Amino acid sequence: MEHYNMNLTVKVWRQKNSRAQGNFENYSVKNISSEMSFLEMIDVLNEELIVEGKEPIAFDHDCREGICGQCSMYINGKPHGPWQANTTCQLHMRAFKDGDTIVVEPWRSAAFPVIKDLMVDRSAFDRIVQAGGFISVNTGNAVDGNSLPINKDAADASFAAAMCIGCGACVAACKNSSAMLFLSAKVAHLALLPQGEPERKSRVMNMVAQMDKEGFGACTNTGACEATCPKEISISNIARLNHEYLRASLTAEK
Amino acid sequence: MGLTGISLVLFLIVHAGINACVFADLADPGENGEMFNKAAHFMGSTVLIRITEIGLFAGIILHIVQGLLLTAENKKRRNVGYAVPYTAGSKWYSRSMGLLGTLILLFLVLHLYHFWASARFTGRGLEPVTYNGVEMHNMFGLMKATFSEWWVVIVYALGCLSLYYHLAHGFQSAFKTLGVHNKRYNAMLSSLGYGFSAVITIVFILMPLSFVLGWVG
Ligand code: HEM
Ligand code: SF4
Ligand code: FES
Repeated sequence: MEHYNMNLTVKVWRQKNSRAQGNFENYSVKNISSEMSFLEMIDVLNEELIVEGKEPIAFDHDCREGICGQCSMYINGKPHGPWQANTTCQLHMRAFKDGDTIVVEPWRSAAFPVIKDLMVDRSAFDRIVQAGGFISVNTGNAVDGNSLPINKDAADASFAAAMCIGCGACVAACKNSSAMLFLSAKVAHLALLPQGEPERKSRVMNMVAQMDKEGFGACTNTGACEATCPKEISISNIARLNHEYLRASLTAEK
Repeated sequence: MGLTGISLVLFLIVHAGINACVFADLADPGENGEMFNKAAHFMGSTVLIRITEIGLFAGIILHIVQGLLLTAENKKRRNVGYAVPYTAGSKWYSRSMGLLGTLILLFLVLHLYHFWASARFTGRGLEPVTYNGVEMHNMFGLMKATFSEWWVVIVYALGCLSLYYHLAHGFQSAFKTLGVHNKRYNAMLSSLGYGFSAVITIVFILMPLSFVLGWVG
């Protein structure tokens, strides 16, 4: 791939704290390498802001290798930017050309209030997982391979659901700010395995109740979540979640 | 949403079937709506069907109330909007179910005034006809009179078009809401949904069009 440098205008949402009124600021950044990641471009911009005595742009990031789910940026009208199946930290500047204007916004959802600039509070996801996204049976030591037979299709589907990194892009993309893709990944991951069986019904009931309490919207199956998910979590998990929920509502002991 | 939506879909099948009786006139131009009038009379005079009608109204009202509440509630979940909206990931009609439903509702008011209110209560524009000694409403004649004006035909066509897009999303969505998660079934239901929506819409639009163009009646 040919290497090139570019000058860009970056239009970023700036907001002092959760109660402050935010607004967009325009910055020009020069000499950005096409081989940089998007976050490195923000790093360069922040260094300049610091030298100028200005407040650097606050944003969440951690692993910078696409596995932690922290780098929540809504770039040019799509969570995690223009590439498919990709996180912001893995978005490279070769996705842009010289002279481009890039608009960067935080996730927008009443359940994800802005803390500062591009950082939002995603602890609602933690509370949903705390409500049931675990198993409390003792599974003992690691067993020998194949001593616990699990259907290959179920194992694959469970693994695909377990890929969710809890980034919240699905909520950010959804017109209803629904957290159903995230929740469905967590529920499907455990419902498909024998270890998840004992708490299968209470898990889905409790997690859905917590999700509703957190103020996420209701799913209308538009498909925006699946299209933007960096881990390509399938929307069919949501229908599976609806199945699990209906089954639990009709048959749960309490 | 899913259950009420599917019950409305079932109603549409019956409704389109009965209405298609007006096309008997194409095969036999002297027929003058006899088959349709008899079918409409049967629907209006059978106790079981009148009871089902109450269920239908309850279903429609429930669906509308749920739909409008859902749309309003979901809107509130994003208090600050985006400068650049995300539109690439979903179809415009799947994002516009509340708007499309409201257009259908507006159309329904006019539609119920034209036919249902007239047959049940006001008798507006209705002549009696007699077949084999049984007197009944000439609904066919009322259709012919109603669809003699182009603006009515155009409003009906737009109403049906809204229904097409509402169902193009709603049909397959309803099954997902009810928990069908097999990917192969979902793909089949999605194709079936598009096909069903298209057929229903075409049958409904053809009726007013056939009257105004003088193909039937
Ligand atoms: C009269 C006014 C109507 C309004 C206000 C309305 C509104 C809505 C809304 C807001 C939704 C949910 C959106 C979504 O799930 O994405 C919906 C879903 C649906 N509607 Fe309607 N609708 C109306 C009439 C109809 C009619 C006449 C039908 C007839 C077939 C229908 C069939 C459906 C179906 C099948 C769904 C999908 C349910 C689901 O996703 O679970 N609607 N409607
Ligand atoms: S489902 Fe996808 S978009 Fe949603 S939180 Fe998980 S990884 Fe992120
Ligand atoms: S910083 Fe960890 S996924 Fe992007």
